[in-house]
Amino acid sequence: MLCDRCGEREATVHDTGVSGGQVHETHLCEQCAQELGVSAANGGVISGLITPGVLFAPVQGAARAASLRCEHCGLTFAEFRRSGLMGCAGCYEAFEHRLIPLLERAHEGGIQHRGKVPRRALSSSRMRRAGHDIDEGPSLAERIEALRRALDEAVRAEAYEKAARIRDELYHLSDPEAGREDEP
Amino acid sequence: MKPGDDIPDQSAGTRPQDLCANRTEWLRGAGGSSDVVMSSRVRLARNLAGFPFMPKADRTAREQILRLCRRQIESARIAPRLMWIDLHTASKAERNLLVERQLISRPHAKGRLSNGSGSSGEPRAVAVGLPDEQIAISVNEEDHLRIQVIRSGLDLSEAYRIADRTDDAIEAGIEYAYSPRFGYLTACPTNVGTGARFSVMLHLPGLVMTGEFEKVKNAADDMGLAVRGFYGEGSEAVGDFFQLSNQVTLGRTEQQLLEEMQDEVVPRVVEYERGARDILLGKRRRRAEDEIFRALGTLRSARLLSVEEAMNLLSRVRLGVTLRLIDDVELEAVGRLLLMIQNAHLEQIRPAGPAERHAARADLVREALAGGGE
Repeated sequence: MLCDRCGEREATVHDTGVSGGQVHETHLCEQCAQELGVSAANGGVISGLITPGVLFAPVQGAARAASLRCEHCGLTFAEFRRSGLMGCAGCYEAFEHRLIPLLERAHEGGIQHRGKVPRRALSSSRMRRAGHDIDEGPSLAERIEALRRALDEAVRAEAYEKAARIRDELYHLSDPEAGREDEP
Repeated sequence: MKPGDDIPDQSAGTRPQDLCANRTEWLRGAGGSSDVVMSSRVRLARNLAGFPFMPKADRTAREQILRLCRRQIESARIAPRLMWIDLHTASKAERNLLVERQLISRPHAKGRLSNGSGSSGEPRAVAVGLPDEQIAISVNEEDHLRIQVIRSGLDLSEAYRIADRTDDAIEAGIEYAYSPRFGYLTACPTNVGTGARFSVMLHLPGLVMTGEFEKVKNAADDMGLAVRGFYGEGSEAVGDFFQLSNQVTLGRTEQQLLEEMQDEVVPRVVEYERGARDILLGKRRRRAEDEIFRALGTLRSARLLSVEEAMNLLSRVRLGVTLRLIDDVELEAVGRLLLMIQNAHLEQIRPAGPAERHAARADLVREALAGGGE
């Protein structure tokens, strides 16, 4: 079987993934796979976490992912895949969509931070809020905590649509500047 | 030191080798379940906002991070005294000594990142809290800051309380890389979120001797916990000592992660180990006693000892002490020996060079355990 990408070399890396309810099969030669950062021979911590079919999406997706680049430090997603290490804080934003399935797997489903909030982050969101919010009602931390409890309940009740809404609300509440669209 | 403080100030000086005479908190042999749990450790990974992470940090950035962190750590009054050690200028022996004392990781000693890049000349440091060495803050490790607190026995809550307080004191003067969604941002996504790793060093000779250890290890694997050797990641388990730690850092609070280890996982392992020791004391008593007293006899008589042999024998002796079969050796003395027989420590106490090290080690152990009248 020839490589889906170059159509020249023998495909040696195979993957099956599901997206949009459809099964996609991808067959790549070693060289193309490596260029796309999806080689089975990657090794390292991160590759070990990657479920076949999760990060290794259909060819166009993989090509797009590999060419993703963090505008702050210049790290590409392919480089991250090889080293398992981020180049800067901005990488988390730049690779966010590709990162989530990986985080989900590494952290037993955890994709939203629920732990400690640095005092600076907490006080700066309070200050932003103070412009249009009188010091009445629950604090930001309390509202976040209430939403987290609601999220837990929704997940337990398997009400996933509700859970997704709460998660989005939580996300925007935690970061008032996060209002951008998901896909570029 | 104020009178009444339970850890005497041993006046550790300013060089890593001065720590040899120091009484480190985690080897005290005290604390909850100390028959099984040697020590508890909490580690928080943090990075500074506005700076590249280590893989993308050039020398200038590393030096700036080092200066900023040093200024803040020194002004934060996190311990009665502080020893700052620049690892890029420290000798290999000094760095190894810090690894043996569990104050820095092996990759940090070498200046290596987990992807294998880096070298020992990279600007990096560790700040050690004195007099008890409970707090150690690595700067420019895989993350800009790694705050570590180690305590004797099962005491993750107190270790976390201290780590949390230290974290606050550092954050008062430094802005961390943080996102509301992913929490504390770390170089490796496996640490992101809380950046918190809770681990315990376990002594499990009972499970090893009864052949039950594999079952416990498999159960830990199933629960998503990591089982490692005496010196953490990539190290072999020697002398029945194992490190157990959480892998998940995102999606749960620090308190949840802590409670899972402290109240669920560790008590269960402790129970299994004590059950295994009961078996050793019951139907296998004679054989267990034989192994324990042979180990003590060897340590009291040997003229040559390798690190590995000494650790394995000390492990048996530690078991004998906790089972009260051996009554003339203190638990803390065994803990101290486990540290002093390591190469870098031994070289400080009895400079002998590699060729004579086995002899020096045997002499040290023999003298430390003398007086038992074997």
